[in-house]
Amino acid sequence: MQVKDVVKHYPLTRGIVFKKTIGQVRAVDGVSFDLHKGETLGIVGESGCGKSTLARLIMRLEDPTAGEIWFEGEDMAHLGSKALRSKRRDIQIVLQDPYTSLNPRMTVGDIVGEPFEIHTSVAPKGDRKKAVQDLLEVVGLNPEHINRYPHQFSGGQRQRIGIARGLALRPKIIVCDEPVSALDVSVQAQVINLFEQLQDEFDLTYIFIAHDLSVVRHISDRVGVMYLGKIVEIGDEASIYEYPTHPYTQALLSAVPVPDPLGREGRRRIVLQGDVPSPANPPSGCRFRTRCWKAQDICAEQEPPLLQIGTKGGQYSACHFPQVRDILDNDVPTGAIDLSNMPKE
Amino acid sequence: MSDPNASVSAAAPETVETETYRGSSLPPEASTEKPRSLWSDAWRELRSSKIFILSAILIFFFLIMTFFPNLLTFGKDPYTCDLKLSRQGPSSTAWFGYDNNGCDVYTRTIYGAKASILVGVFATAFAMLVGGFVGVIAGFFGGWVDSILSRVTDIFFGIPLLLGGILVLSSFPSTDNANLYSEVGKVVLALGILGWTSMTRIMRSSVIQVRNADFVIAARALGATSGRIIRKHVVPNSLAPLIVVATISLGGYIGAEATLSFLGLGLQPPVISWGTMINDAQPYIRVAPFMLFFPAIFLSVAVLSFIMLGDAVREALDPKLR
Amino acid sequence: MSEHLLDVDDLYVEFRTRDGVAEAINGVSYTLDAGETLAVLGESGSGKSVTAQTIMGILDMPPGFITGGRILYNGKDLLTMPESERQKIRGAEIAMIFQDSLSALNPVFTVGDQIAEMFQVHRGMSKKEGMAKAVDLMEQVRIPGAKERVKDYPHQFSGGMRQRIMIAMAISLDPKVLIADEPTTALDVTVQAQIMDLLQDLQRERNMGMILITHDLGVVAGVADKIAVMYAGRIVESANVWDLYAKPAHPYTQGLLDSMPRVDSKGEELYAIKGLPPSLLALPPGCNFNPRCPHRRDKCVHEVPPTEEVAEDHTAACFFWKEVARG
Repeated sequence: MQVKDVVKHYPLTRGIVFKKTIGQVRAVDGVSFDLHKGETLGIVGESGCGKSTLARLIMRLEDPTAGEIWFEGEDMAHLGSKALRSKRRDIQIVLQDPYTSLNPRMTVGDIVGEPFEIHTSVAPKGDRKKAVQDLLEVVGLNPEHINRYPHQFSGGQRQRIGIARGLALRPKIIVCDEPVSALDVSVQAQVINLFEQLQDEFDLTYIFIAHDLSVVRHISDRVGVMYLGKIVEIGDEASIYEYPTHPYTQALLSAVPVPDPLGREGRRRIVLQGDVPSPANPPSGCRFRTRCWKAQDICAEQEPPLLQIGTKGGQYSACHFPQVRDILDNDVPTGAIDLSNMPKE
Repeated sequence: MSDPNASVSAAAPETVETETYRGSSLPPEASTEKPRSLWSDAWRELRSSKIFILSAILIFFFLIMTFFPNLLTFGKDPYTCDLKLSRQGPSSTAWFGYDNNGCDVYTRTIYGAKASILVGVFATAFAMLVGGFVGVIAGFFGGWVDSILSRVTDIFFGIPLLLGGILVLSSFPSTDNANLYSEVGKVVLALGILGWTSMTRIMRSSVIQVRNADFVIAARALGATSGRIIRKHVVPNSLAPLIVVATISLGGYIGAEATLSFLGLGLQPPVISWGTMINDAQPYIRVAPFMLFFPAIFLSVAVLSFIMLGDAVREALDPKLR
Repeated sequence: MSEHLLDVDDLYVEFRTRDGVAEAINGVSYTLDAGETLAVLGESGSGKSVTAQTIMGILDMPPGFITGGRILYNGKDLLTMPESERQKIRGAEIAMIFQDSLSALNPVFTVGDQIAEMFQVHRGMSKKEGMAKAVDLMEQVRIPGAKERVKDYPHQFSGGMRQRIMIAMAISLDPKVLIADEPTTALDVTVQAQIMDLLQDLQRERNMGMILITHDLGVVAGVADKIAVMYAGRIVESANVWDLYAKPAHPYTQGLLDSMPRVDSKGEELYAIKGLPPSLLALPPGCNFNPRCPHRRDKCVHEVPPTEEVAEDHTAACFFWKEVARG
């Protein structure tokens, strides 16, 4: 899958009968990336950075204002509703809140079996119950609980039901929108392991959207960092976490609490000033410049393009002054990544 | 609409805890236990409510009066009157006394239930169907569809129920060969046409809440059509407030029918209804108060029992308590 | 026994619900001294927030019932003192900040009004004096442009700024104990770091005792002095922060630590504690953790493990802590 310059602006309107557009919220403002088969692409960012909107655009749950989403030779962004409906089999979503993502008035069997009713060709009618029970088994639930209702399950079990529903049509890509952030720590680990296990078993490609940098690092092969509707840095997991070059990535990483009191006095934390600006009125040039300690005049004038960093080719950064900075005190051997083209701080 | 007690008891520590212990770690041996849908939970809740039992018993009696009035009147006919007995007070032969024409007030009160209950039920059904449908369409599709439908609703909403009823009914006066059903139908139409708007508003706001729920997004991601989403996801989850309001307004319609009939506009003699009886009794209120008293009591109790039923249903369906 | 600032002693709380009695807290004890940060760590339903609400006296009763134990504040039992006396302690001596700052602040009053009210009610100050204090406090919690912003309403602030206002209100009367119930859970990481820094600085300046209630092992590692790990209404392990992370002695603590993905390494497959937290309506007999425990033996199903001393200031409620403990 290839995402090209996807843009989503929501109009800000005033008036009820005669609507007047008074501005645009630039929720997603020109996002491009490639998604390779079988990989997990993590998207991290703080609330309001547009990562959930991006998920909805990829799913075509919202129509993008501009841009293209290529998947198997077709532009998902401009597909007619009928063609889109059959394409939906290949891309599925797992949502954040296990309490609201399941219809409380349907049984688990009906919820997990709904995909088969919509795409009748996938499983013939007689086999559906069996297919649903198999799915429940795959995600680690008791297949006999098919007649129960969602409120009879705990949060982690509900999330498994949501995963079973997403898996039913044997999709190629699953978009996971904060799938574990509502879960307790001990249950979160179970669900993360389930995601990894299913990926091997069914040859899945994940887009894993989350605000928790630790979870994203654990599960992702590549990671994109979003700020105010744009990707500021993207690269493979090791580059982003060990050799971050964008100041925002560095600040984000430095703020993540490490579950280990050793070295807590020594940790250098980059404290960002102020709040995230409103996406209705983003700063000119580089969007991060209002909070960046390296900002120069050029940052206000020119928007930094997402450029390749290093020669190995995996990492792209949108900063006028990219510099590697070791935030997490990794003791990874420096040979692991080619640094010849990278300025050091 | 929301019950303050309900929100208080569901607040703070309890919710934190219930989130986990409810349904969590169901022991394996519990798998034989019956699945509990939200509707069946609500029904269990209802059965344990005293208000529900009381109102259900009362409504049961009103239904018997509606469909089998002769069971309660010992075969007496409401149209067999004897002018000699005019305005005689209650006695052991006529518990509620006799009216101006010498008809038995008890028998007529029992027979009067039919018209009132029928008007209430059908006006509610009419308003629920029309109002619910418009509400679903407006709420689900939003945009200009919603704008147009909502403005139309507002226009109807602006007309007071009684004023509108008077207007409609006085434009179509009864013909001489009126029977019960044509009379009831006319009143139902008058009340329904003006009453559906409140149902629309309830349904619309409830649909808007559900429309963007995560499970609707999930269904859309699966490729479900709008029709399927409305049928399977939106309507079942937005019906509860409509049912509550409908039950309560059923009582309101019975009252409105009586008011219209009292004003001489609703049901017309020879149809018997509590409203017409109160109308008949009104000139003799000083000499024969029982003529007014008994139908009025029945009317009040009927209205009250539907309102109580609605309250009990709301308590049972309130999602905050689940 | 030397006197602690706050001493929770063998507390029992239950909720009587329609579905039965939920045993939310089953014999919880911990102490807090001035200037100390105690982290109460647990998942939802572990009873960590209920304990705090009981200390504050804001538990919903009914359905909540305190069925045993004492809470000593400076040697006086909060649970037996008259309500009028307790009212003087609540908010002034023991203050609390909540997770959800938007619903904890009243949307129809300016933030200045709400901070000033604390002084008007508890200190009998005039509105004007109160407002001056409010500006002062907003500066202390590092809200930029405090003088102008004091007249703004809660919704005009970002989540992080609102949490600062909550903190300003909580510290306004110089409390000796500050209870922070998941203060950063709703916030983004960069903001979370700012707020934790702020809380720590304020605590040091004022020598407050702080109880930090959280599920986040990362946050705890950064600020706590000692930790109490709660599971199903009991404290299963307590120790100073160094020992707990280095030498966890209870299988639940170990499981939690191993199941955390870490930002500073990619890691192998995560260890996952099997099963689900128990229903408080039907706690498993014996050790509450036994259905999920990899070290379970017969004894664990029949007997409740006592709290045993593992090392100095380090206790665990496990029969087999000797073989469980590592490091």
